[in-house]
Amino acid sequence: MSARADAGVTVAVPDRVRHLLRIADTSLVLAQRLGEWVGHGPAIEEDLGLANTALDLLGQARLLLAYAGELEGRGRSEDALAFLREEADFLNATLAEQPNGDFGDTIVRQFLIDAYQLELYEQLMTSADPRLAEIAAKAVKETRYHLRFSSAWLVRLGDGTAESHGRVQGSLDRLWPFTRELFDADNLDRAIAVAGIGPQLAALGAAWSARVDAVLAEAMLRRPAASPYRWYGKQGLHSEHLGYLLADLQHLQRTHAGASW
Amino acid sequence: MNATARRDAAAAGDDRVAAARVVLGTVPDPEIPVLSLVDLGIIRSVEVGSDGALEIGVSPTYSGCPATAVIRADIVAALAAAGFAAARVRDVLSPPWTSDWISTDGRRKLAAYGIAPPPAPVASVRALVNTEPNPACPRCGSADTELLSEFGSTPCKALHRCRACLEPFDRFKCI
Repeated sequence: MSARADAGVTVAVPDRVRHLLRIADTSLVLAQRLGEWVGHGPAIEEDLGLANTALDLLGQARLLLAYAGELEGRGRSEDALAFLREEADFLNATLAEQPNGDFGDTIVRQFLIDAYQLELYEQLMTSADPRLAEIAAKAVKETRYHLRFSSAWLVRLGDGTAESHGRVQGSLDRLWPFTRELFDADNLDRAIAVAGIGPQLAALGAAWSARVDAVLAEAMLRRPAASPYRWYGKQGLHSEHLGYLLADLQHLQRTHAGASW
Repeated sequence: MNATARRDAAAAGDDRVAAARVVLGTVPDPEIPVLSLVDLGIIRSVEVGSDGALEIGVSPTYSGCPATAVIRADIVAALAAAGFAAARVRDVLSPPWTSDWISTDGRRKLAAYGIAPPPAPVASVRALVNTEPNPACPRCGSADTELLSEFGSTPCKALHRCRACLEPFDRFKCI
């Protein structure tokens, strides 16, 4: 943290924008996925829970996208960034775009990302970029609440019946390989960390692991082995699912350009 | 401008700020109309800008709260109706809003309205370990209540039930 003095100026603006988009797009894409649950939740409480979480994530994405647009200085608004970028320009973690599957799949994906975002926002609160620190301080409170919801459900399903345990362990096994990307630093991540704008991803991964392991133990779930394969959603290389999601998300603005309420 | 004129101008500015605060105290929250925006604790500053227009600093309760845009419009409309033309609303993110900022009056109004208010802001080790006690039922006052859902009808509320009178009730979430 001592390397944080006078930071922010050492990273070029386009790279700072890309860093913001990685955080913003993960929230935006996950919000869109959770929105697909509206009206389909297993019970009204879970329907509300997923929709409320989606709303918080969308709010966080808006704050970050608006900032990214201002920083970029090319006149792109939060809406232009959300609705008019191509798939390869989205820099979300690949995990966020994975399909909802059953309720267990959704809860596992949510839990893994909630725990990641909580660690991330806690670190970003001391970012050398004051605007990002402000947004993180707001988001961290909401994220803590999200993690409480997803953790409680993970324990209920993992430590539930043989059926729920088996299915949610299967969800965990399928989704786990996508978590490697979150903590695998590339050149941009390293530059951001050196400048004190964001955390060292290796340290973030260690903190995340400890938090995740504690809940998995309580949920009677087995932590899957590390996967050798890496995903690169944060560099714009996505799984097949993002294109379909964006087709839904962007349909209205693409067919009726500039439509507004 | 001489010193006296400056002092008069400043005093007039203070008067306008005080008058604007009174107006803001009458603007209801669109989701929980029993609370004014001042009760809710989201009005962070009232200032006269360099161009003479009022500038109101407002904190969102939740980043994605859909009421935020309505609140902004309501503030400008209420001030315009009270003779403050061209008032502006500025977002204030830091420090983030907390339910501790709901006024004592606001807490009382929430309870009377049937929404369990967040506990009064006292330093408590319970907050650290996440074991806030269940809220008392706003209808019958019983402490024998349970959580039904972490999320409720608006981002700022959770759903509880009273085991004594069996009525469900909203609780203002503590953040």
